[in-house]
Amino acid sequence: MSILVNRDTRVICQGITGKVGEFHTRGCLAYGTRMVGGVTPGKGGETVADLPVFDTVAEARDATGANATMIFVPPAFAADAILEAVAAGIELVIAITEGIPVLDMARVMPVVHASKSRLIGPNCPGVITPGECKIGIMPGYIHTPGHVGVMSRSGTLTYEAVWQLTQLGHGQSTCVGLGGDPLVGSSFIDILELFQNDPDTHAILMMGEIGGSAEEEAAEYVKKHVTKPVAAFIAGRTAPPGKRMGHAGAIISGGKGTAEAKLAALRDAGIEVAESPADMGTALVRAIKR
Amino acid sequence: MKIHEFQAKDLLRAAGVPVLAGRVATTPAEAAAAFTALGTPVCAVKAQIHAGGRGKGKVQGGEQRGVELAKTAADAERIAAGLLGKTLVTIQTGPEGQVVRRVFVESGCAIDRELYCAVLVDRRVGSPVLIASTAGGMDIEEVAAKTPELILSEPFDPDRGLAGYQARLLASKLGLPTASWRHAETFFRRLCQAFVDLDASLLEINPLVLTKDGTLVALDAKMTFDDNALFRHKDVAALRDEAEEEPAETRAAAAGLSYVKLNGTIGCLVNGAGLAMSTMDLVKYHGGEPANFLDVGGGADVKQVTEAFRIILSDKHVKAILVNIFGGIMRCTTIATALVEASKTVGFTVPLVVRLEGTEVEEGKKILASSGTAIITADGLTDAAKKVVAAAGRPEA
Repeated sequence: MSILVNRDTRVICQGITGKVGEFHTRGCLAYGTRMVGGVTPGKGGETVADLPVFDTVAEARDATGANATMIFVPPAFAADAILEAVAAGIELVIAITEGIPVLDMARVMPVVHASKSRLIGPNCPGVITPGECKIGIMPGYIHTPGHVGVMSRSGTLTYEAVWQLTQLGHGQSTCVGLGGDPLVGSSFIDILELFQNDPDTHAILMMGEIGGSAEEEAAEYVKKHVTKPVAAFIAGRTAPPGKRMGHAGAIISGGKGTAEAKLAALRDAGIEVAESPADMGTALVRAIKR
Repeated sequence: MKIHEFQAKDLLRAAGVPVLAGRVATTPAEAAAAFTALGTPVCAVKAQIHAGGRGKGKVQGGEQRGVELAKTAADAERIAAGLLGKTLVTIQTGPEGQVVRRVFVESGCAIDRELYCAVLVDRRVGSPVLIASTAGGMDIEEVAAKTPELILSEPFDPDRGLAGYQARLLASKLGLPTASWRHAETFFRRLCQAFVDLDASLLEINPLVLTKDGTLVALDAKMTFDDNALFRHKDVAALRDEAEEEPAETRAAAAGLSYVKLNGTIGCLVNGAGLAMSTMDLVKYHGGEPANFLDVGGGADVKQVTEAFRIILSDKHVKAILVNIFGGIMRCTTIATALVEASKTVGFTVPLVVRLEGTEVEEGKKILASSGTAIITADGLTDAAKKVVAAAGRPEA
């Protein structure tokens, strides 16, 4: 068991004929993901990495039975690509694209919420169930199958955490990159609910960062609904207010979204906090032993 | 991206949002001429910098404030002379302040009440919201913290815009006289429309003024834009004032790097925003002070890494550099080659600590070891942090 993706997930790539889309499609194939096709408007009939390319998501779905999509469409057209995937009834939509205008996402959100699709991202590394299915840009080899659920707003920081877990002998059930944008399809709470209900996930490690209040909301949810051990790290204690730290969503504005406020909320919810980024894996171990 | 108040008011005027007449001046004589041309009994002379808190801010080493009232052309000239070319220190500029290059001379109006309003994207709601409060002219963060019930909020769909009833609801809750509701409806709806049409990330009117004749006017205007949407607003992008920005940050952006200058002594070069922030935290945790945030991104090449080092070294406070790379898509061999190349062209003047992990790490380490470059290698985050803090602490590197 795992959440969101497994060995049966059938995946298409929107933007497969682009350099980045093709590169990562091949990476996912090499990991063992069941990639079944791709979509680029106007390039239907071509093949990429021996996979059929379709003009529309609806055609790709009908022909391949795909139930997940990985989006590498450039930012100006990515919101439209998400809407197309949702309209075609793809259950899991993973948007890797960085740089989508916030108001485009504000237009997409109500459509996603009213549908049966789940959106992960945008501006995220993707989702991986180690040993079964990788949808995204993360290096597969750092992961090991196991029982820790990992979720994060950042890419490389997640790799760091996963690597620490793997070295400590703790494999992962599923790792979910939520994305670094102000508006993302799935929150910590959405994924916490899935991890809590997944019998194969025994503990949860979350990596948050400055900006917004998603970590505070997650802490509140953990307090009320999560019985499994949870550990957390928050990036950006040293970030100055009013400055965007790389991610569009990583900004302390109006005194809100500070690391201190998030850490206080996490501790208050009984979550084991990692003080240093070198301590993420060991914090999870402490949480399990408590 | 930030813009000046006078630019924001030009955009608002074009969107049909009521603002007062005003003129930009770059010399005291121009300010005097602007006063005369505006022809009102009182004008406000306002310093134009990319930071708030100007009304309470003071010119370095003086008593002159960033916004003052002029009753004569001579007043306007004197106030402008006290601001132009001077450094204004406000709560938002930090102690180093910002140089005033322009003033905005704006006609006055008869103020009945001062209110607050702003449009921004609410992450929790997932849509833009119009926020309003009766606590105009005050620090809204303080109001939000102490009396959140005074802050009203109406979310709206970007395509449908703010509904008329939502505007009237706010007008009513703000206690505006019924005779002003029609004005309020027009004001709020056009403000929200401008926010959406221009892909703004913040549009703040503080204070929003109810005049003695019952109309609403934007007395101040602060506007920032979604950088990711500037590609479809060339006119807005053209309003960028690079003189107001940190030069190293502008230079980094041009190279496709994400850089934020800080005040410490340890330069950081990292891939990925989350790891870059965490690396700063790590340095601090081990007793050092980070000099910057720098994310080289997922696919940086030799040219970008070289430029990244140049930018870090352009900060004279930097005493040591920590390179922290978790190779995923970016291979460690790529970064190692880039490090060696960069060290040849840049010529490091401070110690360099390198921590590599991830894809092709062993090959990457070999490239570094065989290059003959003076690099302190580290195993793991903690080791790297300790080494770089120690290196920065040395009196002579």
